[in-house]
Amino acid sequence: MTKTSETTGYNERLEQKLATIFAGGHPKYHEKMKESNKLFVRDRLKLLFDDENYAEDGRFANVEAGDLPADGVVTAIGKVNGQTVCVMANDSTVKAGSWGSRTVEKIIRIQETAEKMQVPMLYLVDSAGARITDQLDMFPNRRGAGRIFHNQVRMSGMVPQICLLFGPSAAGGAYIPAFCDIVIMVEGNASMYLGSPRMAEKVIGEKVTLEEMGGARMHCTVSGVGDVLVSTEEEAIEEARRYLAFFPANFAIKPEKLEAKAAKAGRTLEAIIPENQNAPFDMYELIDQLVDEGSFFDIKKLFAGELITGLARIDGQAVGILANQPKVKGGVLFGDSADKGAKFINLCDAFSIPLLFLADVPGFMIGTKVERAGIIRHGAKFIAAMSSATVPKISVIVRKAYGAGLYAMAGPAFEPDVCIALPTAQIAVMGPEAAVNAVYSNKIEAIEDPKERLKYVQEKHQEYKEEIDIYKLASELIIDEIVAPYQLRDVLSQRLSIYETKDLPLPYRKHGVYPV
Amino acid sequence: MKELKASMAGTVLNVLVVEGEAVSAGQAVLTIESMKMEIPVEAEIGGTVEKIHVEVGGFVNEEETLMTLGE
Repeated sequence: MTKTSETTGYNERLEQKLATIFAGGHPKYHEKMKESNKLFVRDRLKLLFDDENYAEDGRFANVEAGDLPADGVVTAIGKVNGQTVCVMANDSTVKAGSWGSRTVEKIIRIQETAEKMQVPMLYLVDSAGARITDQLDMFPNRRGAGRIFHNQVRMSGMVPQICLLFGPSAAGGAYIPAFCDIVIMVEGNASMYLGSPRMAEKVIGEKVTLEEMGGARMHCTVSGVGDVLVSTEEEAIEEARRYLAFFPANFAIKPEKLEAKAAKAGRTLEAIIPENQNAPFDMYELIDQLVDEGSFFDIKKLFAGELITGLARIDGQAVGILANQPKVKGGVLFGDSADKGAKFINLCDAFSIPLLFLADVPGFMIGTKVERAGIIRHGAKFIAAMSSATVPKISVIVRKAYGAGLYAMAGPAFEPDVCIALPTAQIAVMGPEAAVNAVYSNKIEAIEDPKERLKYVQEKHQEYKEEIDIYKLASELIIDEIVAPYQLRDVLSQRLSIYETKDLPLPYRKHGVYPV
Repeated sequence: MKELKASMAGTVLNVLVVEGEAVSAGQAVLTIESMKMEIPVEAEIGGTVEKIHVEVGGFVNEEETLMTLGE
C-alpha cells in the first residue's frame, strides 16, 4: 500500500508513541541506573531472550499519561534456549518500577498467558512496590496485586517460575520472589523486605541498613529466601538461562536429555572418602566425579551448607542431587537444611527431575536450641517431601546414615527405586561410639581399671560394627546393591535410564496435611 | 581483624596454630567435635593469629568466638 498523507500521519503518531515507550523513563533515571551498574529493562530482555524477535503485550498501557511508558512493566513472550517463556520485567526508570492498576493488570495477563500456554514464567523484579496514590485501583480488588500472588500459587508446580531480582522487591511485592521456584539476586542492588529500614525505625525503633534488613547476601546466606547470589545482572541472566535448560516447559513434559559429557578429571572416590566415619571431606569433590563436567547448578549454595542441593547431568540425563556435606557442620541436618531439602525435592518432583541422594549423615542436630526452633517439624517437612516424591529416587549410602538422617536421605523404607551402598557405608540408629555409650554406660563406668575399661569398650565397638556390617544389611535385602566407588557413576547412569518410564499413581485424596 | 566463631556447639578437639602464627585464607586452624563429627574451622582471611580464646577439651557454644585473626 502506498503511503497517503493520512496514513503517514497515523504512522508518525504511532512511531512517536513507540519511541516514547521504548525510551522508558526520564533520562536522569537511566543515568542513575548506570551509576548502580543496572541495565535498562529492554536491555535485560535482549540478554535474556535468544533473539530480539519477541512479542510484547500491553505495550501502550497508560500511554496517554505521557510519563508512564508501558506503565512501568514490560510483559513479553519470547524464546530462551529455544523454549517459549513468558516474562514480566519492571522498568525502574518509570516511577521506580512501582505498580499502578495497569501494571498489575499486565502482570496478571502475562501470568494467564503462561498458564494457558503451559510455559515457564519469569519475573524480572526491580520495583518500589505499590503506587500508594493508586491503591484503590490496584490493591484490594479482584484483579488487584493479590491476584498476582494467587496466580503464582496456582501455577506453582505447573510451569517453572523464576525470579531475577535486580533491585528492590518491597512490602507485598516481596512475595513475588517468595512464590517462585528459584530467586536469583544481584549483590549490592537486589533487596527484599516487608518493611523498609526507614519504616522499621519509625515503627519499632530498629536502626539497620538496607543490606542488614533485606540485602541479597543476607537473603542468600541467612534467611534462605534467595537461592543464587550473583555479582552482575549479566551473570543473573546467564544463570537463569542455565537453570531453565534443566526444565521442561511444564509438569506434563519430561526434561530433555542432552549430549553426555565426561566427569571432571580428579581424584578417585576411594581417595576422596576417608575411612574414618567422623573425619570431614568435601562432598563437592565427590559430586564432581559423578556428574558431567560443568553441569552442576548449585541451589542455595550459601545457605545451610551442610546439605548440598543442586541440579546436574549424568551422561546427559538431568538429576537433582541432595548430598550431605561432612565439611560443613559435620553434615548434621538442621532446621534450615531440612527446609532447603524439602523445597528442592518439591521442585524436582514437580518437573519430573529424578532425585539422587548421597548420604553421609550423622543425623539431625540435638539440643535445646534446635528443639525450641522446631527441628522436629522442620525434619518432618523434609521427610514428608521426600516420602511424597514420585520421581525416580536413587539413594546412595556413601558413608554413615544414622537415625532419622537415613530416613531423610531416602532410606529403604521410603521406596527409593534402589538403595545403593558403597563399601564404606554404615547404616544404624547411631554410630558405634554413641551406641556403646548409650547401652553400656553403667557397665563401662563400673570397670575401675582403665585398661580393662578400654578393652571392654573396644570389644563392644567391634560387636556393634559387626552387627551393622553393610554385607549383613545386603544379605537381609535392606540395601539393594553394593557398588565399588569407581563404578558408581556408570551405575547411576544405568539406573537413571532404567527408571525413565517410572509412573507412580498419586494416592486418592485432595492433599496431605504436611508439617510446615 | 576477624573473629572466627563456632558454627555449632561442641568440644574443641584440637588447635592447629599458635598465637602469633601467620595463616592463609582457607587454612584449617582448629577442630571442633560435635555430634561425634570432626568439624574443621578454617581461617576466613589470611593474617596473623592474634588471640586463641578456647582450650582443647573445652565446650563451646554456637557463635562463640574461637580465635581472633589480625591483618
